[in-house]
Amino acid sequence: MDALGRKNRRLVLQLVLGGILMFGFGFALVPLYDVFCRITGLNGKITNTGPIAAEEADTSRDIRVQFIGINNEAMPWEFRPTLNTVSVNPGEMRQMAYFARNPTSARMVAQAIPSVTPAEAAQYLHKVSCFCFDQQALDADEDMEMPLLFVIDKKLPADIHTITLSYTLFDITPRLSTGQIIKDDTQRSTL
Amino acid sequence: MDTTLSVDSTEHGHGPAKGLGRWFFTTNHKDIGTLYLWFSLLMFLTGGCMALMIRAELFQPGLQLVQPEFFNQMTTMHGLIMVFGAVMPAFVGLANWMIPIMVGAPDMALPRMNNWSFWILPFAFSLMLSTLFMEGGGPNFGWTFYAPLSTTYAPPSVTFFIFAVHMMGFSSIMGAINIIATILNMRAPGMTMMKLPLFVWTWLITAFLLIAVMPVLAGVVTMMLMDIHFGTSFFNAAGGGDPVLFQHVFWFFGHPEVYIMILPAFGIVSEIIPTFARKKLFGYASMVYATSSIALLSFLVWAHHMFTVGLPLAGELFFMYATMLIAVPTGVKVFNWVATMFHGSMTFETPMLFALAFVVLFTIGGFSGLMLAIAPADFQYHDTYFVVAHFHYVLVPGAIFSIMAGAYYWLPKWTGHMLNERLGKAHFWLSFIGVNVTFFPMHFLGLAGMPRRIPDYALQFADFNAVASVGAFIFGLSQLLFVYNIISCIRGGERATDQVWEGSHGLEWTLPSPAPYHTFTQPPVIK
Repeated sequence: MDALGRKNRRLVLQLVLGGILMFGFGFALVPLYDVFCRITGLNGKITNTGPIAAEEADTSRDIRVQFIGINNEAMPWEFRPTLNTVSVNPGEMRQMAYFARNPTSARMVAQAIPSVTPAEAAQYLHKVSCFCFDQQALDADEDMEMPLLFVIDKKLPADIHTITLSYTLFDITPRLSTGQIIKDDTQRSTL
Repeated sequence: MDTTLSVDSTEHGHGPAKGLGRWFFTTNHKDIGTLYLWFSLLMFLTGGCMALMIRAELFQPGLQLVQPEFFNQMTTMHGLIMVFGAVMPAFVGLANWMIPIMVGAPDMALPRMNNWSFWILPFAFSLMLSTLFMEGGGPNFGWTFYAPLSTTYAPPSVTFFIFAVHMMGFSSIMGAINIIATILNMRAPGMTMMKLPLFVWTWLITAFLLIAVMPVLAGVVTMMLMDIHFGTSFFNAAGGGDPVLFQHVFWFFGHPEVYIMILPAFGIVSEIIPTFARKKLFGYASMVYATSSIALLSFLVWAHHMFTVGLPLAGELFFMYATMLIAVPTGVKVFNWVATMFHGSMTFETPMLFALAFVVLFTIGGFSGLMLAIAPADFQYHDTYFVVAHFHYVLVPGAIFSIMAGAYYWLPKWTGHMLNERLGKAHFWLSFIGVNVTFFPMHFLGLAGMPRRIPDYALQFADFNAVASVGAFIFGLSQLLFVYNIISCIRGGERATDQVWEGSHGLEWTLPSPAPYHTFTQPPVIK
């Protein structure tokens, strides 16, 4: 019976360890998911940012780019694109802007988070500069136009004719007061 | 046979303790099995009442009986209670009762832990059911508790729900560890792995699935808890999290969970069909391998529950084909059962009727599952009543029928009395008709576009909903026959022989009926 007791104890320890490992694995899925999304470019997150060499535009194709501005639930700002849709040729650099106004009586800081639909178009959308690279501050009742400069890669798959670029605006005023300002570019684009 | 009889004569009156203490402090696998089974029956009736409330509300379009908020709590609680309170404890109860006597062990490997794993459950479910009476009501986000419905927009009682899930998880993991230890370490000499009854094999594989995925469920509810109370943002997009991540983690648990609820059913049916066909099970080894491959594949198909969240094409195709692949080992099983019956001398006692209904109706549920697996078609079926029809076909005439078949099959061994065949058959036919009248029309409702989890619906769905509600009440009320039949079988009836059924084979049928409180204190000799 003692031998059996030892055998049982060893097996139970192994199985408990397995259970604990799987509990950890559940949490490991969180960073794994992020890494997977970053490597495959899924999830509509834009990784191509920064200056780009000028190219000749491909005038044979017209891509409709739609713009959406959404406020996160706790965000009181007025926030909308100045143009809902533009038509661009791949390779052509285009500038547009979003309008934002702070209707509250306090200075607030905002951060816009972009998302692209269809997700596979994300890797072909190159942002030369974007207001989402920086945090945007507005005083009480102040407004501004926030610029966006982008190029669509000529390698964009032929079956994509429309790209939707959506920004969600988050209120980060409380977070800023704790001194957490994100300066690293790579971190920001996947925020 | 001879060996066991001589063993029994050495038994000398170590009966159960007297009074209620017997049930609280028992470490006897038969007592604990009985507790699990009664608990499961109680939960089955509770969850069933909730289902009837849902069907009563859906009898006609419009809101008649309950408010939408309460309706949502009913759908959520019905799912949670049936999955975690009825089906899983019933299988654990059957495992507790049968596995030690099927492998020739005197008891479970860890009897004290066995007591704990059961007695956690009543507390977990009291905690969960108590949320219905709390301010803001109970969980109302569906049994899949998708974030952010279950985090940002959840009622305050969600914390109690999370702790209840933690407790159930502990109970299941302890039960699974016990079962694995019993099967691997406690087998009688000569009981090699490939001689194990198929119920034992399917449970061994199920127990490994439980240990692999219940911790992931515990993890996902812990993340919810942290999001709700500790300011993390696992699933909150505003903080850099992702609600779709919730679905991935949940279904990484959820899909193997589906097989946790069906593999033991395969085992039960593989015991019953050979008995009443009076033939050996066809393709024993292939059954074992098929069960193992289903278990392995179950880890690779979770995203077929979320085809519409915006997966990349490659992902949709991978999960579509991987899901379809599961039909192969499942088909092997169905063909093996049919081949077992082929040229057998079949009789149709109550357990066999339930087992046969299982094979036919589970296969229908499997086929609608294949339809759902086709990613492009799933965009139409997703979140409609077609899904409801599908998973009720695999769980009610699948898991539940197999549990009833098992209960009727082993009841004479447990109680020492034969059951009332006439009542058993009445229960079967009413259930069989009730189940089909309830769930078959739901296929049509789903294909016509009726969404699931709604208290009201468009007028064109009225007729099929009325039919389904009538069926639900037939099915629900006929379960009272089941309860009556069990109680009267415990109280008396024709004495059962040791073998009980003419064609039964296996160690459990060498024991006297009712099985003595302690069995196989000396290991039996396996031929």
